[in-house]
Amino acid sequence: MQGNEACALGALAAGVRFYAGYPITPSTEIAEILASELPKVGGVFIQMEDEIASLSAVIGASLGGLKAMTATSGPGFSLMQESIGYAAIAEVPCVIVDVQRLGPSTGQPTSPAQGDVMQARWGTHGDHPIIALCPSSVRESYELTILAFNFSEKYRTPVILLLDEVVGHLRERVELPAPGSMEVVERLRPVVPPEWYFPYEEGAMDVPPLVPFGEGYRYHVTGLLHDRAGFPTQRLDEINPWLQRVNRKIELSLDDIVRTVEENTEDARAVIVAYGATARSAREAMHLARQKRRKVGLLKLLTIWPFPEMAIDHLVHDTNVETIIVPEMNLGQLRLEVERVVRGRATVRGVNRADGEMITPQQILEALGYGK
Amino acid sequence: MVAETNNNHVIYKYLRSKKKFPSVWCPGCGIGTIMGALIRAIDRLGLEKDDVALVSGIGCSGRLPVYVDFNTLHTTHGRALAFATGLKLARPKMEVIVIMGDGDALAIGGNHFIHAARRNIDMTAIVINNSIYGMTGGQVSPATPTGDFATTAPYGNIEQPFDIARLAEAAGAVFVARSTAYHAIELDKLLEQAIVKKGFAVVEAISQCPVSYGKMNRSGSAVDMLRWQKDNTMRVEAWGKLPPEERAHKISRGVLVNREGVPEYVEEYYKIIERVKTA
Repeated sequence: MQGNEACALGALAAGVRFYAGYPITPSTEIAEILASELPKVGGVFIQMEDEIASLSAVIGASLGGLKAMTATSGPGFSLMQESIGYAAIAEVPCVIVDVQRLGPSTGQPTSPAQGDVMQARWGTHGDHPIIALCPSSVRESYELTILAFNFSEKYRTPVILLLDEVVGHLRERVELPAPGSMEVVERLRPVVPPEWYFPYEEGAMDVPPLVPFGEGYRYHVTGLLHDRAGFPTQRLDEINPWLQRVNRKIELSLDDIVRTVEENTEDARAVIVAYGATARSAREAMHLARQKRRKVGLLKLLTIWPFPEMAIDHLVHDTNVETIIVPEMNLGQLRLEVERVVRGRATVRGVNRADGEMITPQQILEALGYGK
Repeated sequence: MVAETNNNHVIYKYLRSKKKFPSVWCPGCGIGTIMGALIRAIDRLGLEKDDVALVSGIGCSGRLPVYVDFNTLHTTHGRALAFATGLKLARPKMEVIVIMGDGDALAIGGNHFIHAARRNIDMTAIVINNSIYGMTGGQVSPATPTGDFATTAPYGNIEQPFDIARLAEAAGAVFVARSTAYHAIELDKLLEQAIVKKGFAVVEAISQCPVSYGKMNRSGSAVDMLRWQKDNTMRVEAWGKLPPEERAHKISRGVLVNREGVPEYVEEYYKIIERVKTA
């Protein structure tokens, strides 16, 4: 199965019932599969006139009660940034898949890259929280798509799923989880009658319950800074609490949101911190190093935003790790975060290329000092 | 009996009592009048509040939905029709009414405007045309007449404005109507027809902006601008009888386009679902 296909199937398993998108290499397969499959389950697919309209329609459909997603690549992801900010401030669940390709600009549509990592965090203007997940295999594409939907519903937030051209297009044999075996989360509905409902009043874990338009609860949604009723406000005593809550709702649930996988880190002297397609090379490099009895471990990031600070901190604080290698198909984006968290307590070295080629295990071994 | 014929009562039935008033609009602005027309139209149609969604863009016109007790969605600049498309497809039975200004709908929103019309998706698009970007202080818009002044056209506008009705028609809208804030009662009826019409219905509601547009173009007071709307527009039936040279000097009002037989998007898509749905 192909990664993009697994993503589409994962979305269906998660209950997606609305897709609006625009064709762009290397994400188009996701749209094509859902164009076919969504009406079969009573869902809606629409190809919109551009990427901006696509994410806008997704947000509209989500407020109408449907789990909704779109998929794109770099140039389209850039266009969607305003709408991502809108979804973040209006707290509308939705999933945005970015199958990263080599940029900047038109770049190389059929080559992989991991150059949108920082953009996923800060692409849209203003101080907003975001969740971004990054699969490194076809199976993870399936699982993390379901997780993306779960997080978007649980935390009333847009969630970005960062694939890359390799993970999206590669085919590998995969055993998918049995249907129904993975938890699927629905958004929390209010437990009070309409006159008592405030769409932006913190509920459990700082997430306000969300009821779709048309079910008897009439409320206002806006991209302006707003009070708990959704009405625009300029009052400092309404804006500041809102800002704190919206960021806190993610921070309170880091245990749930931040997913990483560690292999061989307990006795490691060097750890490779990797994500996406590069994590595959990293794992191979780790095995090759271990064959040579070098104590190398792997920390694979499945969640990249919020950045897994505790996992990195644990490495430098609780183990004998002296060196951290951060291979990325970009010129060093996530490495900056690793350096920030490590605070000089270990050597952090990047392995970087942004030329459309994957990073090889050999390159990583060389960075570790074990290459020939 | 008094309550039913007293227009004030109707308005209060639909205003959000928890929202802070007075509204954000300037004294003399026509948007409030247009909001009244919309409320009366919805009331006369007997629509349930839960079955109505108002989706708006950014600008003075975009501030309309927050004041009224429906499902309201204030979106990003120019993208209201795209948000509305998603909402309508998710809730096909919802009466979706989209409120945009001339800049919002036709400049940044131009692409979404023509595609929503082309799809003939069942919604009502109200373009409140005051020929300016009012909220941001009076910049030129695609509806500003040639030669008029704006803060970004200090030497006079050298562009030609859109003919909104012809643009909508050419793009595929099945219903196009136009009226003005002065002709509020006529506007009620046109909005009723537009809402009832299945397919993409456009209503251009000409409004006055005495503060931004008016000051720069010496339009006088709001009353003067309303009088201008009265004197420079005429019913389309009469307008059609004018000799061609004179038509350019008057703006037609009424139902300008009303077509039947064009497939409507939501209906067509749900037919696909019926056809291919597995259980």
